[in-house]
Amino acid sequence: MLDIDALNVWFGSGRDRVDAVKGASFSVAGGESFGLVGESGSGKSTILRAIAGLAPQWSGRMVVDGQTLGQTRPKSFYKTVQMVFQDPYASLHPRHSVDQVLGETLQLHGFADIDARVVKLLEDVGLGQKFRFRYPHQLSGGQRQRVAIARALAPEPELLLLDEPTSALDVSVQAEILNLLVDLRRTRGLTFLMVSHDLSVVGHMCERLAVMKGGEIVEVMDVEALRRNAATHPYSQSLLAASI
Amino acid sequence: MMQPLLDVEDLWVRFPSRQGVFDAVRGVSFTLGRERLGIVGESGSGKSMTGRAILRLIRPPGIVEAKQISLEGVDLMQKTEKEMRSVRGQKISMVMQDPKFSLNPVMSIGAQIIEAYRQHNKASQADAYAKSLEMLEAVSIRDADRVMRAYPHEMSGGMGQRIMIAMMLIPNPQILIADEPTSALDVSVQRQVLDIMDKLVKDRGMGLIFISHDLNLVADFCDRVLIMYAGRIVEICKADELAQAKHPYTRGLLNSLPRLDAPRDHLEVLQRDPEWSLAPSVSGRVL
Repeated sequence: MLDIDALNVWFGSGRDRVDAVKGASFSVAGGESFGLVGESGSGKSTILRAIAGLAPQWSGRMVVDGQTLGQTRPKSFYKTVQMVFQDPYASLHPRHSVDQVLGETLQLHGFADIDARVVKLLEDVGLGQKFRFRYPHQLSGGQRQRVAIARALAPEPELLLLDEPTSALDVSVQAEILNLLVDLRRTRGLTFLMVSHDLSVVGHMCERLAVMKGGEIVEVMDVEALRRNAATHPYSQSLLAASI
Repeated sequence: MMQPLLDVEDLWVRFPSRQGVFDAVRGVSFTLGRERLGIVGESGSGKSMTGRAILRLIRPPGIVEAKQISLEGVDLMQKTEKEMRSVRGQKISMVMQDPKFSLNPVMSIGAQIIEAYRQHNKASQADAYAKSLEMLEAVSIRDADRVMRAYPHEMSGGMGQRIMIAMMLIPNPQILIADEPTSALDVSVQRQVLDIMDKLVKDRGMGLIFISHDLNLVADFCDRVLIMYAGRIVEICKADELAQAKHPYTRGLLNSLPRLDAPRDHLEVLQRDPEWSLAPSVSGRVL
């Protein structure tokens, strides 16, 4: 589904150049859930942004669903790949109602039966009809994140990029959103690439994960190995020790 | 038991609104000795408001009411705004969540720490400088000389938070209120900041109120834990017995956490009982 090979991402140029991701390689099979963990500044979110086309300066090879990605993305790319951002308070337009947010997305992707699809999407993410004409400030953090997930699901993507989807939420709400994501993945056969700084969240959601440090992937392992405390790289071991 | 450092009895924080009065904190009572007291709850449970109300930092139209908020037997509720200024910082200080917003961006770090020190102590510039340097070293900042000349934007989050702790502890207060001091930090840095805070609190025999939404962190770090729900204390327990907590809300919070050692298909979702918010607040006073 997703194949990343020797990916470099950088910002700035000359002496201000920052290499955010250095030679990252991993692949995610269709239907799999893959996690990226590491501390802030380790480049985990930057990889997601590079895949989504939000980081313009990169080199290496990225293949999504058999298509090698270039500097610009065709429209069909966004039918395959969608992203959910970290902060539900910042990623929704404050003056667009839920109906407008979802309706606009559906219209841009060329769907005709917008009305029926909006209703269906809201049901799929566990929000009822009554939320359809609300504005973001009338929703709680968890409800907003559900709207953001509905928006990402609107074009019926196959790969969902999740950038810390629950780190701004309370633990009780986090449980609801994680359950929703597990269910959606099962019913829709989605592939997840999930970024989190919380090892136990990644352990719950994913089958495999990569540990990042300073822009490099230091270790790729199974969640099973993580549970057995069998990390081999000293950095992953220290991360594991700090989070238990 | 000896007289507690801080005694809070029947604290209410109210905000009048168009829909009527909203009670953010409803009749909370607790005492603080020379210990580490944790306050946990979800967002909106009133935990931060409790911390702010102790320092009388709630601005109008917010209203703070209490039978008493006594610091070593002196009621803070009776003090004038002017008298409160000598309490804030000097006797009780507070570390806020995000260092980015609590440091002055256009003042060097050295100038800010020196100002905090000289506000409450008569000291020459040179003495204050030496004291500030010493304090920065106490929070394990390497190269303290350079940091004194640096500006907040040049610091990482973890360094910023350690600087805040240094600044809050330099007037040598008796009580430190830490409101989510490590939520904006990475797990690895979190531990480091907590260890520093722990050491300083122990060495100086201070009382610490640690406000957090992270149950495991609080269980690890504090001596006693108050669990707040909808503006009330629903349960009080010793931190090392948190795993055996009885209230369904606490249990629900604990069970909703994903765990590495116990994989599950679905996480448990907290079922809220309207009864919880009606039950009277449990008193955390130890007298």
